[in-house]
Amino acid sequence: MSLNALEMKDVSFSYNHQQVLEDINFIIEEKDFVAIIGPNGGGKSTLLKIVLGLLTPDKGEVKVFGREPKKALDLVGYLPQYTHFDLDFPIDVFETVLMGRYHGMFKNYTSEDREIALQALKDVDMERYKDRQISRLSGGQIQRVLIARALAREPKLLLMDEPMASIDPEMQNSFYRLISHLKDRMALVLVSHDVGTVSMHVDKIACLNQKLYYHGPAEEAGEGLEKIYHCSLDHISHGIPHRVLRKH
Amino acid sequence: MFEFIQYGFMQRAFIAAILVSVACGAVGTYVVIKKIVSMSGAISHAAFGGVGLGYLLGVNPVVAAIPFSIVAALSMGAVLEKVKISEDTAIGILWSVGMALGIIFVNLKSGYAPDLFSYLFGSILTVSNTDLYIMLVLDLIILMVVFLFRREFLGVSFDEEFSKVVGLPSTLINMLLLALIALSVVVLIKVVGIILLIALLAIPAAICKQYTYDIRKLMISSTIIGAILTSLGLILAFIFNLSSGATIILVLGAALFISYFIQE
Repeated sequence: MSLNALEMKDVSFSYNHQQVLEDINFIIEEKDFVAIIGPNGGGKSTLLKIVLGLLTPDKGEVKVFGREPKKALDLVGYLPQYTHFDLDFPIDVFETVLMGRYHGMFKNYTSEDREIALQALKDVDMERYKDRQISRLSGGQIQRVLIARALAREPKLLLMDEPMASIDPEMQNSFYRLISHLKDRMALVLVSHDVGTVSMHVDKIACLNQKLYYHGPAEEAGEGLEKIYHCSLDHISHGIPHRVLRKH
Repeated sequence: MFEFIQYGFMQRAFIAAILVSVACGAVGTYVVIKKIVSMSGAISHAAFGGVGLGYLLGVNPVVAAIPFSIVAALSMGAVLEKVKISEDTAIGILWSVGMALGIIFVNLKSGYAPDLFSYLFGSILTVSNTDLYIMLVLDLIILMVVFLFRREFLGVSFDEEFSKVVGLPSTLINMLLLALIALSVVVLIKVVGIILLIALLAIPAAICKQYTYDIRKLMISSTIIGAILTSLGLILAFIFNLSSGATIILVLGAALFISYFIQE
């Protein structure tokens, strides 16, 4: 029996006495491609942080490949929203990616680490920029570098926080092309507030607004979305982008 | 014109200028790229508590400032980690509480504190051999720690969240960095004094950061630039009979100003 990539059982989390997540039950199987969709402030980033072991839930159980989140860090890759750090930082592309290979204190990066980091850069087609300082890259290129950094960990579960937010529509397509190549190597979890662009690429959609409302194949997700957005929605299907509009 | 070089105190002053530059290059680089300049300012002012304690106990104030500023820096780190207080507020409080402690310690010691001003505003011309040895040892410790933990310092400075995600002990590393800042503060105290030293710590790296994106080159060039500018300030102070600490800081400030112009 193979382990599920992620299992959450009755997970609740509150911050400053404000309930952020409530009784989340959620399973992601190996090599699933799941989008977690919900409005801003719906707890999406919190959920990711719990899976990453950065936050501990008030109650409930989280297992990443059968382990505690903090003990499964070597299996998890993370693509943060790239706007959260200083682009003017003195670091080049290769060094950034190499950080994904960190093993612990007093442990030098080996030549194998360097090869893996280089391969990760090849995977995202950014190899030729490896000596470039990160502020001299475009938004889409930076995102590729950050994907490479996550891939350099050789994860079995890749978590992506709002990967669409910072790139233009053209880049979004190439992002999905890139991600679809990763599908047979790892489980992918993508968090987004943008329903339309997501739904035509992923296998399953979960909807999160404090509670997790639905979890299943993308085509059937419409009803769940209506509940969390409190608005009606055309049915979502492959190949048709959608917009969520409030009923007037 | 360069006859001043034959004076013993001038030779010691130049050695001191080089020793402070090493601390500025190694630690000042992290202070600038991690944007913790005001945090470092708070640690430097807290070090005055240590200087005062040294007076009170009758030990070398610089030596007393070593454990004192490390403890101040680490408790600051612990408070930020555990208590719900904004960093900005904590910095302001540590800043003045440390100074206040120093003043009370000096009060408690009856009698006149003759060279208190030299710790506040620096006095590179009165640096003793003992001071130089202390600075040298602290520099060596700083360089060793920076070398051993270069990956970790880079990680927490660049992207702390990701560092945690790859299992890097970020709290420990942040504490270690604060302790390193405390040690650098002690290295710099005699040269520019507690009140002025934050500029000496930050300016060389701030200048060089405009010209390089390689952290190693940044550290080395900051050290060289720091040594040149500190020496220049020292010479100008000597020639025009001005306060050495203030002259060094103004030279650094002017250099930063000019470097921005050149970059434009």
